[in-house]
Amino acid sequence: MGINMGICGDVLGKKDLMEKTFEPKIICFLCNWCTYAGADLAGTSRIQYKPNGIPIRVMCSSRVDPMHILWAFKHGADGVLIGGCHPGDCHYQNGNYKTRRRVFLLEKVLKDFGIEPNRLKLEWISASEGRKYAKVIDEFIEEIRKLGPLAMEQSEE
Amino acid sequence: MAKPKVAFYWCASCGGCEETVVDLNEDILKVTAAVDIVFWPVALDFKRKDVEALGKGEIAVSFINGAIRSSEQEEMVKLLREKSGLVVAFGSCAHLGGIVGLANFWTKKEIFENVYKTRYTTVNPDGVFPQEKTETKEGTLTLPKFYDTVKTLDQTIDVDYYLPGCPPPPSLIMSAVTTILSGKLPEKGAVLAPNKSLCDTCPRADTKPEKLIMKEIKRPHEIMADPNKCFLEQGIICLGPVTRAGCEERCINANMPCRGCFGPAKGIEDQGAKGLSAIASILGVEGEEKMTDEEAKKMIDQIVDPAGTFYRFSLPASLLKRKKMKEEVK
Repeated sequence: MGINMGICGDVLGKKDLMEKTFEPKIICFLCNWCTYAGADLAGTSRIQYKPNGIPIRVMCSSRVDPMHILWAFKHGADGVLIGGCHPGDCHYQNGNYKTRRRVFLLEKVLKDFGIEPNRLKLEWISASEGRKYAKVIDEFIEEIRKLGPLAMEQSEE
Repeated sequence: MAKPKVAFYWCASCGGCEETVVDLNEDILKVTAAVDIVFWPVALDFKRKDVEALGKGEIAVSFINGAIRSSEQEEMVKLLREKSGLVVAFGSCAHLGGIVGLANFWTKKEIFENVYKTRYTTVNPDGVFPQEKTETKEGTLTLPKFYDTVKTLDQTIDVDYYLPGCPPPPSLIMSAVTTILSGKLPEKGAVLAPNKSLCDTCPRADTKPEKLIMKEIKRPHEIMADPNKCFLEQGIICLGPVTRAGCEERCINANMPCRGCFGPAKGIEDQGAKGLSAIASILGVEGEEKMTDEEAKKMIDQIVDPAGTFYRFSLPASLLKRKKMKEEVK
């Protein structure tokens, strides 16, 4: 993979580097009990996957407030992945259903903001699915790469 | 001692905020007894040059309503800021962008195309659009610049206090005026209304069940709402949980749900996102384990125009502020 220019280019302020190869910046909200453990498994199993995802561990996917997602988009995320437990497996019984409803509703609102709804992805990944985590994140990165940078800068006029 | 000077001004607004000042009724006499109104375009014949003639900070308080969407409004509020000791953002539009702020879901180009060209009540075969400068025999005519983005007052000038509401209720205005005149000023940037959420002061609060579930969504015109029952329990979207109290529950008492004009309760950064989250959390919980994604989507689809519903009064003050501008529009 080499240097991740999307992330490093931004930090170094080297815009020309970024323009050459667009590397999507993905924020991943991962639930403590399933998806984060799944991502951990992917790591300990030495499964290779692309480094564009920035994982943030939350206790439950339903802890992710729609405000967090909008904040991420505003501050430079090109995509947001939310990972939760499979239906029926939620550590808090029904947190993942709440997440599902919020994500579906937020997707509709994102359209009005001119943000492609598929920049937001919700996936159920269990603690034993390290391989699935790697696959989901790789595919999502490629999907976002095709969509291009989001760049939510505001116009002053 | 000379009475303190007060100014009222309007920007992108409907005139309702002016109306509510008049709604003070006899109390307005108390206000005029205590202050001199030096500028109030809707009611008094003072001109811009009268404001320009005042000294820096000579106006004690300027009450400015309406959002900022044109160069004229921007110039005027900057002038008033210079001449005023205190500036109060008066009403939802100045505070959060208000209803006019919903224009941020479009661009200037889209709005002009719609209003001056494609609207079926518009006849404009030559495709003439408003111009900032027009040359005529008699000379050059000018119009203010129309901006792409509607802004709140505090995105344009420094604002000392906020009076929320669409419009702010007279009692709140009176208490704000009295507080300011008394000299016991609250902390700068304060919203001059309670910090609680509307649910906290709602007359129907007691009817809210322990576990609130919306089985399905009803729009206010689709059912006769029970006047003694929590709107959310009846399936009507009410933004009470995320909206600041202090409005005297005018809508609730008229059997209409809260639409969020008082803006976010203290601690909420984005009223729309929080409202969306609150409603999605209590919608159609039963039997969800067996629901497929498509069925869940269908349930969510019952909410008509979610962006307009949840961001009705607060889009320009929200996290994203507006629809993404495409490169070519800039």
